[in-house]
Amino acid sequence: MFKKLLALPLALAVVASVGCTRKSDQAAGGGSASASGSSNEILVGEFGSFTGGEATFGISTSNGIKMAFEEANAKGGVKGKKLVLKSLDNQGKAEEAASAVTRLITQDHVTAILGEVASSRSLAAAPIAQQNKIPMITPSSTNPKVTEVGDYVFRVCFIDPFQGTVMAKFASENLKAKKVAILRDVKSDYSVGLADYFQKKFKELGGEIVIDTSFQSGDIDFKAQLTQIKATKPDAVYVPGYYTEVGLIARQARQLGIEVPLLGGDGWDSSKLYEIGGKAINGNYFSNHYTTESTDPAVSDFIKKYKEKYGETPDALAALGYDAAKVLIAAMERTADLKPEQIRDEIAKTKDFQVVTGKITIDDKRNAVKPAVIVKVDGNVNRFVTTIAP
Amino acid sequence: MTNDPNKTGHNPVPEVGTKPSAKPAPKRFAMSFVAPVGAFIALAIVGQLLEASTNQYVQLVLLFMCANIIFATSLNLVNGFTGQFSIGHAGFMALGAYTSAYLSTAVVQNPSFFDFIWFAIAGGLVAAAAGYVVGLPSLRLRGDYLAIVTLGFGEIIRVILLNTPAIGGARGLFGIPRPKEVVLGDFVFTNFYMNYLLAIFWVILTLVVLWRMVHSVHGRKFLSVREDEIAAQSMGINTTQVKVRVFVISSFFAGIAGAVFAHAAQGLTPATFGFTKSVDAIIMVVLGGMGSLTGSVMAAAVVTLLPEFVLRPLTDITGIDLRMVLYSLALILFMILRPSGILGTRELPDLWRKNGK
Repeated sequence: MFKKLLALPLALAVVASVGCTRKSDQAAGGGSASASGSSNEILVGEFGSFTGGEATFGISTSNGIKMAFEEANAKGGVKGKKLVLKSLDNQGKAEEAASAVTRLITQDHVTAILGEVASSRSLAAAPIAQQNKIPMITPSSTNPKVTEVGDYVFRVCFIDPFQGTVMAKFASENLKAKKVAILRDVKSDYSVGLADYFQKKFKELGGEIVIDTSFQSGDIDFKAQLTQIKATKPDAVYVPGYYTEVGLIARQARQLGIEVPLLGGDGWDSSKLYEIGGKAINGNYFSNHYTTESTDPAVSDFIKKYKEKYGETPDALAALGYDAAKVLIAAMERTADLKPEQIRDEIAKTKDFQVVTGKITIDDKRNAVKPAVIVKVDGNVNRFVTTIAP
Repeated sequence: MTNDPNKTGHNPVPEVGTKPSAKPAPKRFAMSFVAPVGAFIALAIVGQLLEASTNQYVQLVLLFMCANIIFATSLNLVNGFTGQFSIGHAGFMALGAYTSAYLSTAVVQNPSFFDFIWFAIAGGLVAAAAGYVVGLPSLRLRGDYLAIVTLGFGEIIRVILLNTPAIGGARGLFGIPRPKEVVLGDFVFTNFYMNYLLAIFWVILTLVVLWRMVHSVHGRKFLSVREDEIAAQSMGINTTQVKVRVFVISSFFAGIAGAVFAHAAQGLTPATFGFTKSVDAIIMVVLGGMGSLTGSVMAAAVVTLLPEFVLRPLTDITGIDLRMVLYSLALILFMILRPSGILGTRELPDLWRKNGK
């Protein structure tokens, strides 16, 4: 039997060594195939969570991107070339994100990459884009580390410190809160990031964090933590989580008699929030990238078109997806011949560019500098409260 | 034939279902080294071909496949050969992955090729230690109870990782290096190739160790525990000890699989090692055949390659993303048509023998 076991590798070795002589030609032929195709199409890759627990994020973002692409194509495309979007699902998993982006870049030869919502998946993909020198714009990954990966990685949203800081300012100055409780989702880097920066800024402003407790996304019962929080009698509770848990937390908090406002970040932004939280969610505040209530024509125009196309109100992720695509398209327009490195340079030069979520300037750390809005939840509508500038 | 431990349990030349060979022992012993080394050399050459003819995406998937092969075969030792039902295998993989990743990022700067071997061994040892701690009390339990304990353990590991800031917590650990490229005169061995060499080294080592183990006296003990624990006990086998041993060895290789995975993916998040990862391993074991190492290898290849190289292109053609639907459907159909898995309890060479002789 061992003889036969041995025969197999030997046979393989013979086959391999015969094939090996061709190596040099193949390397020469295959290696030089450059990213930008010569045809009249520009291929842009997108990776997102279209299935799994955060599917609404991926789908919203993708809807926004598709809309921007269709608009650009209707106007004749970029430099006479048609924009084509190739979207790959990563099922909300980091390693799937890595293989999806590797595929987009090395097999499909995309010119640029758009994605992801969650920072951990952007972090998995960013090094690959950087290594291959393909510009990547993340619409809504707010973790600072994402753009620190390298000079080919950009974002069109603000970063976690900013959202946490904004909310701390709002709690202290507008709500006049002195004592705030924090309920963070330890499973999510996003939640942890927001909570940390909120805590830092709020203490700076003279406030007190009375309790800092945690849950995990996927939990459904929060009564133990909420009972603890209630005992400390806070003026507000900061819950920088995602909509599913926040909805449940709001319900259970009101049941336990916690009447103070809950505060949160853009993870709250979903039409599912009211569905899950019901009336309990009303009267709470969160920081966001934009509000549908804005009177800005750019915003109302976007909302109108989005509603016509998809039959629902666009959430912030859809707006950011749209913006990311807009920034990319504008940068492509400014390049000489659509080389990835030229696109990178042009994205970096984006300044006071008017998009749906405000005027975007890309700073030297490749982050977007732009204002945040604070909104108050009122049923399915998010009422605009105030804008807080960077 | 494998179901009869008592008949062959004390056979000094333990080979499943074969008559004792006529070859003298030293020659057989030498041969047992030649085959794996030959396989390694052959695969190394194949690697050169792959390097030249495929892109990074295909290469990444192949590295994941290597990790999955080790992951699946190591679980097969517990679930297939010893008949225990562990559904927390991802926990051990996570330990190995994070240990190796942490050593290569935070502890050792600019690790050399050989550093990666001891990183993986360290990962395996951490996983094995955890396997011992979990196995000792829980392997006195049977069936469903063991399943629940291992499930719980898998979750505990994940939650601990989630709450450890040193390894990135929920954000994950990124920037995990691959072995650096090696330049020898005109030849450049890229970091994929070096990583591939490392991966196939571990795959072959795992297969050789597991193969020789299950075909030894110890392997007979595993099988006897699977077939009838009471009968095994009455034959003087300390079944708990056997189960703990199996569990520790299996955990060690799961840790190795984690290390291979970590350096291929170059980024880890605790979410990767959730319950679904454990289920993936079970799928591979069942699909390949409970108690067939080569079956697990094939199943790992199918499970890794099918969604990427068959279902993704299919999505490109049809325009609808039915990847996961078709994948599940394929598994269901397969289990209906071939409930014992690809190979059942047989091994590839068994098929050979039947056809050849």
